[in-house]
Amino acid sequence: MNQLLPASSDPAWQLDEADKGLPEPLTRVHSGELQLHQALQLLSRAGLALPAEAAPGSDRWMQALVDALCTLSSSDPLTGLVNRRLFEAALDGEVDRVARSGETALLLLADIDHFKRINDTYGHSAGDLVIQAVGRSLLQCVRPMDTVARIGGEEFAIVLPNCPPAFARTVAERIRSHIEHLAIPVSPAQALSVSISIGGAFAPQWVRSSRQFWYERADQLLYQAKTGGRNRACLENPAVSEVSTEERELLFSVPPAAEPNESQMPS
Amino acid sequence: MNAPSSTLPSAAPPAKGRGAHIIAVTSGKGGVGKTFISANLSAALARLGHRVLVVDADLGLANLDVVLNLQPKTTLHDVFSGKASLDAALLPAPGGFDVLLAGSGLVEYSRLTPEVREQLVQVLHSVRPRYDHVLIDTGAGISDVVLHAVSLADDVLIVATPEPTSLADAYATIKVLAMQQGRRNMLITVNQVSRNGEGRGVAQQLQTVVDRFVKLPDNQAVKLRYVGEIPSDKTVREAVQRRQLLMQTFPGCSAAQAITQVATKVEEAIRA
Repeated sequence: MNQLLPASSDPAWQLDEADKGLPEPLTRVHSGELQLHQALQLLSRAGLALPAEAAPGSDRWMQALVDALCTLSSSDPLTGLVNRRLFEAALDGEVDRVARSGETALLLLADIDHFKRINDTYGHSAGDLVIQAVGRSLLQCVRPMDTVARIGGEEFAIVLPNCPPAFARTVAERIRSHIEHLAIPVSPAQALSVSISIGGAFAPQWVRSSRQFWYERADQLLYQAKTGGRNRACLENPAVSEVSTEERELLFSVPPAAEPNESQMPS
Repeated sequence: MNAPSSTLPSAAPPAKGRGAHIIAVTSGKGGVGKTFISANLSAALARLGHRVLVVDADLGLANLDVVLNLQPKTTLHDVFSGKASLDAALLPAPGGFDVLLAGSGLVEYSRLTPEVREQLVQVLHSVRPRYDHVLIDTGAGISDVVLHAVSLADDVLIVATPEPTSLADAYATIKVLAMQQGRRNMLITVNQVSRNGEGRGVAQQLQTVVDRFVKLPDNQAVKLRYVGEIPSDKTVREAVQRRQLLMQTFPGCSAAQAITQVATKVEEAIRA
């Protein structure tokens, strides 16, 4: 789920071979009706190989083609991370899952601090290298089950299913600190260091929420992190709807006075 | 990244202090008589001479129509989708008050989307000048829709029963409303009590736990204002089964008298 595109591109599928190897029935689609040629070209550029042993036009080949196109349409070309489209689908899925399972999920939004300065000072290719390095680091900081997405220019999102509130700060802090200590080579003689600001919100542990509200809350906390001085993580207070054992015990304990004291309870 | 706009996390409630006083009726747990109380409390308030509207905000699982035995032709859904005017959806109910029904099974509204949020605000804004009291009957649980509906109200009335699950859910609701919406005053009524004074005991127990565990940033206290109890009464079951208002069918029974008292206490509380 995390990294959809292979880092190095070594396409096993060659376009020239595609042209020659297509069986007769596929020439129609190849001629443009299904834009097969273009699709194969896109996959080749992205380094997404179709299995060499599958005969073009076979079921297996078609399945691989569809899979590769899905991968392509849900990944970010610069970093290979999940793109905004799949990120939103992941959020929707997580909202539904939390409503059923009751497990807390965490959404982190991370934004590279003063990114414009990097672009302005070192050029856009340096900026791209920074984004790629941050993307790679984010992946290293989380579990394989987490979804790391690039959702905007220098903005990333991480969906962490089943993340108890007690661990959230540790995770966010680990990510922040990891990025802070990166040395990102942008030229043979130069390495840059950057920081990120992080906002985090929990999926409501109650039913019937929506992706938009979860995202809005995380975005507000990211804004807080930015206005609070950057290079920090702001997380919302864990879901307050949980009733602890202590609270429960007190709630169900017999009131000390058999007849409740009128003065304590305004009416 | 966007700076939080002033309309977040919930859209601005209708301007307070003008027109109707909006009271959200909520409970946490379902099945504690929240809708029954909304309907009968409205009848009691109407009898006290007020213009009352009940808005069924249990979008998706609405049952105010079932309680009142109404088969609405026009619902909130039609207003939301632009098929009908708000006026057409304001229906007179048997107890001398009006209702705005959600219509059951509106799954598309069971999630709070920015559209639903905005539409609820609009509807409340439009009805506010026409009534003295608007009661919002929220859904069960502590969903986004419920929290939003409550955020639009001037006051919130928590309905609990002495039963442990209800107590825990009522407490969770109070905690969320205090910590997320900064509510420091909430009204509480206790339904289905089996002996005199049990409701006050329940409310006091809740207050004790709130005092101990619910901490607001500025150390301000969260106060529950007890507005009375409603006894378990076989007339309630009878009225519910007949799908009639208790206040009309058994106006003299102990539960009906208790609801009238709750109405008076609610009035006192919101005037205070």
